[in-house]
Amino acid sequence: MLYKIRLIPKLGADSPESRRVGRTLADAGVHADGIMHIRLFLIEGDFPRELAVRAAAHLLADPVLETAEVLAGTDAEPDSELLFHIMRRTGVMDPVEASLTRALRDFGLSPVAVKSADQYRFAAKPSAQDLSRAAAALGNIVVDEAHAGALTLESLPRGREYQYELRHVPIRSFDDANLLQVNGNHGLALNIEELRAVREHFAALKREPTDVELQTIAQTWSEHCKHKTLAGHVHYREQGPAGEDRVPLDSLFDKGDLPPDGRIDNLLKDTIKKATDDLARPWCLSVFVDNAGVIEFDETDAICFKVETHNHPSAIEPYGGAGTGIGGVIRDILGTGMGARPILNTNVFCFGPWDLPRDSVPKGALHPRKVMRGVVQGVRDYGNRMGIPTPNGSIHFEPRYTGNPLVYAGCVGLIPRDKISKAARPGDHIIVVGGRTGRDGIGGATFSSAELTSKSEIVSSGAVQIGNAVQEQMTQETLLRARELGLYTAVTDCGAGGLSSAVGEMGESIGARVELSRVPLKYSGLSYLEVWLSEAQERMVISVPPHKVAECLALFAAEDVEATDIGVFEPSGRLVLQWHGQTVADLAMAFLHDGMPKVWRHAEWSEPALRPVPKRDNAPAAPGDILRAILASPNVCSKEWVVRMYDHEVQAGSAVKPFTGPGRDGPSDACAVVPRPGANQAVVVSNGLNVLYGDVDPYHMAQANIDEALRNYVATGGDIDHCAILDNFSWGNCNKPDRLGAMVRACYGALHAAKAFGTPFISGKDSLNNEFRTEAGASIAIPHTLLISAIGRAVSIDGLTTSDLKEPANLLFVVGLTRCEFAGSHHELVTGTRGENAVRVDAALALRAYRMLNDCQKLGMIRSAHDCAEGGLAVALAEMCIGGRLGADVQLTQELAATDSDIDDTTLLFAESASRIVLEIRPADEAELIRRFEGLPLVRIGTVAAHHTLCVAGLDGSPLVHEPLDALARAWREPLYRAMGEEVPATVA
Amino acid sequence: MSKPRVLVLRAAGTNCERETAWTFEQAGAQSQTLHVNELLRDPQRLREFQLLAIPGGFSYGDDLGSGVVFANQLRTKLRPEIERFIEDGKLALGICNGFQVLLRAGLLTGRDVFDDPPRATLAFNLIGRYNDLWVDLRIVSEKTPFVSGRKIVSFPVAHAEGRFTAPPEVLDELEADNQIVFQYVDTSGRPTQQYPFNPNGADRAIAGICSKSGQVLGLMPHPERNVRHFHHPDWKRLPRREWGDGFELFQNAVSRAGQLVS
Repeated sequence: MLYKIRLIPKLGADSPESRRVGRTLADAGVHADGIMHIRLFLIEGDFPRELAVRAAAHLLADPVLETAEVLAGTDAEPDSELLFHIMRRTGVMDPVEASLTRALRDFGLSPVAVKSADQYRFAAKPSAQDLSRAAAALGNIVVDEAHAGALTLESLPRGREYQYELRHVPIRSFDDANLLQVNGNHGLALNIEELRAVREHFAALKREPTDVELQTIAQTWSEHCKHKTLAGHVHYREQGPAGEDRVPLDSLFDKGDLPPDGRIDNLLKDTIKKATDDLARPWCLSVFVDNAGVIEFDETDAICFKVETHNHPSAIEPYGGAGTGIGGVIRDILGTGMGARPILNTNVFCFGPWDLPRDSVPKGALHPRKVMRGVVQGVRDYGNRMGIPTPNGSIHFEPRYTGNPLVYAGCVGLIPRDKISKAARPGDHIIVVGGRTGRDGIGGATFSSAELTSKSEIVSSGAVQIGNAVQEQMTQETLLRARELGLYTAVTDCGAGGLSSAVGEMGESIGARVELSRVPLKYSGLSYLEVWLSEAQERMVISVPPHKVAECLALFAAEDVEATDIGVFEPSGRLVLQWHGQTVADLAMAFLHDGMPKVWRHAEWSEPALRPVPKRDNAPAAPGDILRAILASPNVCSKEWVVRMYDHEVQAGSAVKPFTGPGRDGPSDACAVVPRPGANQAVVVSNGLNVLYGDVDPYHMAQANIDEALRNYVATGGDIDHCAILDNFSWGNCNKPDRLGAMVRACYGALHAAKAFGTPFISGKDSLNNEFRTEAGASIAIPHTLLISAIGRAVSIDGLTTSDLKEPANLLFVVGLTRCEFAGSHHELVTGTRGENAVRVDAALALRAYRMLNDCQKLGMIRSAHDCAEGGLAVALAEMCIGGRLGADVQLTQELAATDSDIDDTTLLFAESASRIVLEIRPADEAELIRRFEGLPLVRIGTVAAHHTLCVAGLDGSPLVHEPLDALARAWREPLYRAMGEEVPATVA
Repeated sequence: MSKPRVLVLRAAGTNCERETAWTFEQAGAQSQTLHVNELLRDPQRLREFQLLAIPGGFSYGDDLGSGVVFANQLRTKLRPEIERFIEDGKLALGICNGFQVLLRAGLLTGRDVFDDPPRATLAFNLIGRYNDLWVDLRIVSEKTPFVSGRKIVSFPVAHAEGRFTAPPEVLDELEADNQIVFQYVDTSGRPTQQYPFNPNGADRAIAGICSKSGQVLGLMPHPERNVRHFHHPDWKRLPRREWGDGFELFQNAVSRAGQLVS
């Protein structure tokens, strides 16, 4: 018997949820006045109606807010022509089902199947156009189905049984053209050299590969898993702007390290990893070998950090894509060493312009606002449910991200220092723990390595995953208990490629035999191929010694987390897959992991001919107007609307929060978290990303981003001598020489800056092929995007520093020198005035200044500190004033400028020169501060004022900026709220 | 005198048990964290404790509404032991999702230990989204041993479903019986409906209530997140304090629970 339970709000169309739906639909152009939202549960089971009625009234309905109505599944509602439904497609993960089943069981009912849905009741019969718009606004075609009218069902749909049939894919006799056809038909995303290597391998074996063998090779060799471009051979050349063989300014060949013939054996190893190797920091405990890099923290624990990208899934289904991005990077941390406890999340997003006109959105892409809303909600729902704080991040906007938005998700973990190494042993059992396996995300690893097209929304739907955070949270807690009990020898996560990459990685040096029919499934009908490749979320694989298997399975069972013994790491050097005892794959581990041919890729660099600069009508000209325009610009303005949706306090370790000051609205440069109850040291995490500098020169962009991450870190009280960084490249198609040339420059920029700052890279990630192919066939590459994330420990908890001005009459200083550097600046962006010089970093000088600032923080001298980034000194001062609800009297002076640079008021206010930090100290500390900074650039610029105005006088002493705090705060706080159609909340100060 | 024992009851999706247990320990209790499955297997274990705490989080994902599944377990599987626990004069605390659980279980609004069905609820925030921010609260009743003194304290809130609401006669009854313990207040210290001071639009600015006996307390804000000296958002501006505002609540509870230890 199928029961349909409707939970109808007593307030009807006036319920908050109904009103929210009404607003969403009105925004999408649907006539939705008076629409009502109803929660709908479909419950199938062999029990009488009275029990269904009792469960509806006493368990499911909120008796204060809702009334319950129970119908038979085949009954139509009386007003059915007004009804519209959105529900998950059959076979797509719906977390509600598991909770509903459990609650019904606790209540004494045993359901056979359950489903949840949202029912919408229009006030008048909706038109066909209204319905199609409503379907797009309320659901996502990729994972949801929409249904108009009465939903009448005899029973809930179930998967069909799978009929076993072993499939081979003939390739042995194929020429290149045929191989490429196989490549396309099976979505392998291999290149021709790799296809040939596979063909030769099976020719030598005198047999054809099975489908699952071919897919396993494709997954293992995918860009996502092997990073074959970054870790591959690259031949780099430089040309003049018109393609002539002329060495451009700032040639990499003049900067050292690059081989004279431009032939780079392994780009990653020769740049990013070289910095780490050369620095050889003793506190780096595990770098580039595990799921995350690990560094020392205190006497008992180490910290680990990983940042992932989840760009392509988020472009298609922003909510699920971003949520599973978070879920995936959390599993990276759970799978680091013997498993680390996640202590904070960080997120960085790049979207198209939020005010893009609807008709400018290319076909196959979603509007940037829709992408942002979905991504933010996905991060919110996953991160918050996991109980991991999200105290740090940033959001960037640029037109080239419209078709290919970027979602970076990072996670930091805490791990006991004696739990960092792991190794599966021959004879260990292969145990899969956590969620069940379904058809989720099949082909994700190869999909994320392919270009997005205007058809992606349709062709790639199988590659989208839906997460269940609570499943992951339970898995996490039980796994960490098992770690404490020493029940396993190694752990890794099921990420892209699912079991295929997890088992393949863990058994690489041993061998493995897996019985795929044992893997627990969400629904029947999966083939052996689908089981092996499924990217169903929330699964981990552990290797358990035979004598501990029973204890391990019992522990997981006690916490309601499924754990299943699916095979053995047997010392055969082979990967053997079986389906009910029949062998479906038998591959040599050596071929799988080392058989991939390395190819030479071509990289070219020429100075960009003429960078486009935005045209601005009515561009602001007065310094105060320019300042407010930059504060209100999308990259700079307050992201409070987003940040407040993330829990940044859970785990009770938050010491420097995203916002600071009496109004709780001054921006922090970095976050600081005390990672254990009772711990007496803090982790500091920051990031550096400018998405415009890459157009000028990726070499200097990489250095500027590293400096930004470090100055944010130091300004907050992070110890520069105990700081590691992560690289995260999101790039265009690197099979195109110009994209790869830019990548080479960025890598060398990163090498040189990391070495000069003494900050090793400990982990990284690259996402290539970030291009969007329009319907007309044009390929739009994203800007060269290199996110740098910094992590380390504070000089001390009490040495942590916030950015809000503290007391009137305190003195303001600037650390660092200003140059006329405006190329890619926000001054250029809001005024349309072309800037000439790229921001350049003097890392040696900056490092000395950062160390001295750390010393002063330890002594408690620094009352506030804030870095100068987009918008330069003017924006930094304005943000400090907003945060502290205090004014400032500032006098610009010649001493702020480097001696080799032309200087004027505009440069001193708005240039974006690197390595500059504004400091506030008490007057009594002035002499000591100056003494300590002797020989370093430090200039007194003014005082904190009790009046509520930012006053800046120019070089000649005349008033330049005179902006009331209130105007600055409004300019900075309001834009994002307005863009999202929301009221701007009052401030608490 | 031996230390009072606190049971921090976790379940799938609870996620504040570690800091909650730690804070109770700092306040002088001996705390133990158990999975609800362990208690369901042997409900009499509840008798070992003088204090029960349901921590914050998203129990069972809040998939059927906040706290619904966990509350259902307390109501259907642990009812006799919880009745006995309260009748013995012992204390229970629910923070955030724990408040949602206790309220939906009926442990806060009834004349008896359980109110069936519960006559108040925590509905979706009026602003329509999850929110993490610091709020000021005034303690307006000393009916419960968890509080001492009618002062103003600052705790953070972090929830989507925190709008306390009930029919007017129920609100009148709670008020008359001094069950309203915490109210959201504005900068002048007056209860307010204005966002962001009242972060969810709760009726009569209610942030936390206690049962008629005073032994059960539920509140949306998180006192365990204002315990250490660096927790408060203004700690770099204010004079240094050893403990944050939230610590006193745990000390008070431990002190009362200590009197129950034989």
